[in-house]
Amino acid sequence: MNKYTEDDLREELKTKEYEYGFYTDIESDTFPIGLNEDIVKAISLKKEEPEWMTEWRLEAFKAWKQMTEPDWPNVKYVKPDFQAISYYSAPNSKPKYNSLDEVDPELLATFEKLGISLDEQKKLSGVAMDVVVDSVSVATTFKKTLAEKGIIFMSISEAIKEHPELVKKYIGSVVPQKDNFYAALNSAVFSDGSFCYIPKGVHCPMELSTYFRINQAGTGQFERTLVIADKGSYVSYLEGCTAPSRDENQLHAAVVELIALDDAEIKYSTVQNWYPGNAEGKGGVYNFVTKRGLCEKNAKISWTQVETGSAVTWKYPSCILKGDNSVGEFYSIAVTNNYQQADTGTKMIHLGKNTKSTIISKGISAGKSQNSYRGLVRVSPNADNARNFSQCDSLLMGNECGAHTFPYIEAKNKSAIIEHEATTSKIGEDQIFYCNQRGIDTEKAIALIVNGFSKDVLNKLPMEFAVEAQKLLEISLEGSVG
Amino acid sequence: MLKVKNLHASVEDKSILKGINLEIKPGEVHAIMGPNGSGKSTLASVIAGKEEYEVTEGEILFEGEDINELAAEERAHKGVFLSFQYPVEIPGVSVTNFMKTAINETRKSKGLGDMPAKDMLKLIREKAELLEIDRNFLSRSLNEGFSGGEKKRNEIFQMAMLEPKLAILDETDSGLDIDALRIVANGVNKLKSKDNAVLVITHYQRLLEYIVPDFVHVLYNGRIVKSGGKELAHELEEKGYDWIKEEVNA
Repeated sequence: MNKYTEDDLREELKTKEYEYGFYTDIESDTFPIGLNEDIVKAISLKKEEPEWMTEWRLEAFKAWKQMTEPDWPNVKYVKPDFQAISYYSAPNSKPKYNSLDEVDPELLATFEKLGISLDEQKKLSGVAMDVVVDSVSVATTFKKTLAEKGIIFMSISEAIKEHPELVKKYIGSVVPQKDNFYAALNSAVFSDGSFCYIPKGVHCPMELSTYFRINQAGTGQFERTLVIADKGSYVSYLEGCTAPSRDENQLHAAVVELIALDDAEIKYSTVQNWYPGNAEGKGGVYNFVTKRGLCEKNAKISWTQVETGSAVTWKYPSCILKGDNSVGEFYSIAVTNNYQQADTGTKMIHLGKNTKSTIISKGISAGKSQNSYRGLVRVSPNADNARNFSQCDSLLMGNECGAHTFPYIEAKNKSAIIEHEATTSKIGEDQIFYCNQRGIDTEKAIALIVNGFSKDVLNKLPMEFAVEAQKLLEISLEGSVG
Repeated sequence: MLKVKNLHASVEDKSILKGINLEIKPGEVHAIMGPNGSGKSTLASVIAGKEEYEVTEGEILFEGEDINELAAEERAHKGVFLSFQYPVEIPGVSVTNFMKTAINETRKSKGLGDMPAKDMLKLIREKAELLEIDRNFLSRSLNEGFSGGEKKRNEIFQMAMLEPKLAILDETDSGLDIDALRIVANGVNKLKSKDNAVLVITHYQRLLEYIVPDFVHVLYNGRIVKSGGKELAHELEEKGYDWIKEEVNA
C-alpha cells in the first residue's frame, strides 16, 4: 500500500532544497574584511555622506564595541566573527540607470529567476520598486508619480544627501544607535536601504515595495529602512527577500524604523525567504533584525510578516504606542523546517491612553526546527484603558520539531485589559487521510491545512503579496512532502 | 463493482478482519450491521485505504482491479467515497474551498483541467439545495464547530459533489436527530442510481428504514456470519445481537 506516515513526512522534509538557491556573478566593489573605525569612515566616504552622518556612525561604532552579543533568545548558533566580514559591497555598474536596458543583464536574469520582472511589476501591479541588490539601489521606478504627491521614496543613501533634514531628525529616533548589539552594528556600517516620506494628509496611491537580496559571498548585509508618515497620511510598504544559496553563514542585521505621526497609518508587510541552510543545517542566513515603529496620537502601525527563511531568525517588530488612541498590530506567520531556528514575536508598548494592540502569531514547525514566539505587552502607569489581544497558535509537523511560546505581560495600570490565547496542534494523520479520501494527495493536503491555519494572517497582506506568500508557504513545506 | 475476497486485516499487529467475503454490484445497497467492536469501521477504512491498517491476506477488487496497492487518493479518484463516522475539522479551510480542491484534484488525475468557476458554483448550488444546506454553511471552516447533524450532512453533501461509484456510509446515522436523518437519507436516495452502489455501515436498524438495503450482512468478530434481505435488519432490531453471537459460538 502506498503508505504515508509521519516518518515519511519527516524524511521528505529533509530533502527539501532551497528553491531560489543560485548565485549571480556580478563584478563587485568589495571592501576588505574586518571592522574598525577606518572601515566605518570609509563606508561613509564611499557613500559621499555629510560629516554628521559619519559622526553618527562613529558614535554607534563606539557603543557597539562596548556591547556584547545577546544570548537570551531561544536559538543556538556559532557567533559570527565580525572581523571576518566585509562591510561594503556594491554592484559595479554604476552610476544609476535611466532605464532597465542599462541594468546589468546578469542582474536582470537573476530577477527573472526570482520571478520578479520590473516591467511586469510596473505594469501589472502598480508597485513602485526600489530594488536593493547588495546594498546599493540599482533601479528606482515610479519615482515621478510619487513625486507629484510629494512622496519621497528613495534609497537611504540618496535621502541622506537630498533630504538631510528629515533623515537627521528621524534616524535613530525609534531605534537609537545603542538600542542593542545588532542595531548598533547596523548604525555603524549600514550600507543602504530605503527611505520613505509621506507628506501630511497624503494617501500613498500605490504599495511601496523593496526587494532585498544578499548577493556577495561573505558579505553581511546591513539594511537601514526609515519610513515616515506625516500627520494624517497613509502608506502600505512591502518588503520581500530571497537570497542565493551559500555554504558559509551570512549575517543580516537590518534596522527598520517607522514613524507614524498624528492620525497617520503605516502598514508594513514582509515576506522573508532568506536561505535557510541545507537539510543538515549547514549554511543559511542569520537574520537579526530590529524593527520598531512609533505611533503618535491616533496613529496606527500594522506589521504583517511571513517568515519562511533564514537559518536563525531573531526578530521582534514592535510598536511604541506613545500617542493617545494609537493602535499597534502584529500579524505573523513563521515557518521553520530542517534545522531552522526562529525566535520571533513583537513588543507592544502602551504609553498613551486608550491605546490598543492586537497580536496574531502563527508558527509552523517541521523537521528538526525550533520555532519560538516571544512577545511583550507592556502597559505603562499612564496608559489608561489600554487593551491588548494576543493569539499565538503553533502547528507541528512530525515529532522532532519544537514550538515554544514566551509571552511577557507587564501591566502597570489597573484599567488595562489584556487577553492571551494560545493553541498548539499537530497535523494529524486523520486530517491527511480525510483529505486523501476526497482525492487530495498528501502534499496538497498539507498545503491546504497550512494555508487554512495561516488564513487570519494571509488575509492581512495586500492582495498581490498574499498570493506570493501563499506560494512561498507551499514551497517551504511542499518540497517537504515529495 | 466491489469484490472483497477472504480479506484479513490488522492494526498494530492486532487482527481485526478475519476473512471477509463481500460482493457489491452496481445499483445495489448493502448494509453491514454488527455489535460494537466487530470490525465494521475497520472494513470501511480498509476499503478506503487508510494507512494504519495492514491487509495481511485476501484481495479488494474495485471494478475488477486490485486496489490494495493504491493510495487512498487514488482510490478516491476511481470513485470510492467514505462518509466518515467522525469527520475531522480543518480550521481555516472552507467547505467550498475544500470541495473545489477535491474536485479539481480528481479532475487532474483524469487529465482534466480545473472546473470552471461558473460550473462549480452551479454544482454547489444544486447539491446544497438537494441536501437543504444553507449557503452560509458552505463558507464555514470544514467541520469546525459543526453540530453532529451538520457534520453528517456535510459528508453527504461532499458525496453529492463528488458523485462516487461506491459510497460507504460509516455510522452516518449516529448523532442525528430524526429530521436530520431523514434529510441525509433522502439525499442518499436521490443520489442512488443503477450505476452506483451504497454500503451502509450501521449499528442500528433505524437508518435502514430510510435507505432500504437489498442485502444485510452481520459482521461479528471480523467475519460476516449471516447475510440476508432487509428483513434480517428487523430481526436484529427485535432480538438484538446476542442470538447471532450464540449461533456463531455454538
